Amino acid sequence: MNFIDTFFNWDVLTSSMPLLLSGLKVTLLLGLVSVVAGLVLGLAIALVRLYAMRPIRLVAIIYIDLFRSIPLLVLLILVYFALPFIGISLSPFASAAAALTIVSSAYTAEIFRAGIEAIPKGQFEASQALGLGYRHMMSDVILPQAIRVVIPPLTNNCINVIKDTALASVVAMPDLLKQATQAQALEANPTPLIVAALMYIGLLWPLVLLVGRFEKRLRTTR
Amino acid sequence: MSSIVSIRNLSKKFAGFSALKNINLDVSEGEVVCIVGPSGSGKSTLIRCINLLEEYEKSGSVLVDGIPVVRGEKLAMVRAEVGMVFQSFNLFPHLTVLQNITLAPVRVRNTTRTVAEKQAYAMLERVGIAAQAGKYPGELSGGQQQRVAIARALAMQPRIMLFDEPTSSLDPEMVGEVLDVMKKLAKSGVTMIVVTHEMGFARQVADRVVFMDDGEIVEEGTPQQIFDDAREERTRNFLNAILQH
Repeated sequence: MNFIDTFFNWDVLTSSMPLLLSGLKVTLLLGLVSVVAGLVLGLAIALVRLYAMRPIRLVAIIYIDLFRSIPLLVLLILVYFALPFIGISLSPFASAAAALTIVSSAYTAEIFRAGIEAIPKGQFEASQALGLGYRHMMSDVILPQAIRVVIPPLTNNCINVIKDTALASVVAMPDLLKQATQAQALEANPTPLIVAALMYIGLLWPLVLLVGRFEKRLRTTR
Repeated sequence: MSSIVSIRNLSKKFAGFSALKNINLDVSEGEVVCIVGPSGSGKSTLIRCINLLEEYEKSGSVLVDGIPVVRGEKLAMVRAEVGMVFQSFNLFPHLTVLQNITLAPVRVRNTTRTVAEKQAYAMLERVGIAAQAGKYPGELSGGQQQRVAIARALAMQPRIMLFDEPTSSLDPEMVGEVLDVMKKLAKSGVTMIVVTHEMGFARQVADRVVFMDDGEIVEEGTPQQIFDDAREERTRNFLNAILQH
């Protein structure tokens, strides 16, 4: 068997393609759910972390620090294999989405906090002096300005979350990596893995390029 | 005349240091009060207590239109009645001039957008920059930005306007255009408290000049009393020091 037949075997590719595509679909769905839920939860936690009463703020700080220091794989295994012992059984998808969302929200919270803290004090004071309530101050004045600052780091986080979906194969999630390894075992040929790698790259490279664009635009508008 | 602002026994400490010591001050409707004094004398801190951008000791009180200025549900309502112009403009950079001015009337007063925009144009007319309505703050000169900030505060139709060193961060050639707008406002009967280093403005426009030093009101009186005939040595020393050049 030569190199091409081993790593880029056309027959293996065509026969394993349906499996790979179904895996890609799961990966995309898992990534999307985790990124969106992580964003919403992260923003809420950032606001609690900044503005809630002291004891509640402390809980937010502990959440953020704890879930940034625990390896995602460990958390995933805990959620999937340990929670059933206390009566909480989640499906592989729900386990993976929960673990990814929790970790992503911790990172997102810190990104939002940094973005909000980068807004000059005068913007808060001008809003308050005009009689704007907290909600409108945030939604109309502070967050629209903070968003511009946080888009590059948020996109980076999004890339990390999508890459980390591959860890879900550990809990028997039929995601792209899991399906690729399965197909590889079935065909006794590594071509499916190569294709999966190309799919990950095809998915994430545009996002990586986008971060660069955002960062450049931010530098020039400052 | 009724007091719009009534300050009683107001004190404030920053980490042990007394920024304000037992201040008493009343401002009547239509009155223009200029607060002058050296840097660090507590002038800015004093007017920032009027809309609670600065917290003060519980022993004192600040009333705006008879309503106590304290944390709570009524705070936003009281703040809406107190317009403020900052040294550093603090316009919202992501909004156009027009949006800067209409934001609070629409959100706080529930004015419809059409009415708010009509009022905004009237305010811009008043400060002489109606032509800039569609621009962003970053496209305007400092003087123009500060005039937009004045229009933004006026659009809420506040009972009183606070000015916190409104010309201190402007290039010298732009100070005049902002002071001119403020003079016009004073003439039209707007109640104003102005913290300023512009003694010419204070002398010409103020009904009353308050001299502060070291967190206290040292003396107050008409511009003539303060500038030509100050009773206190501290006042005379300060005026001599800044009027010499």
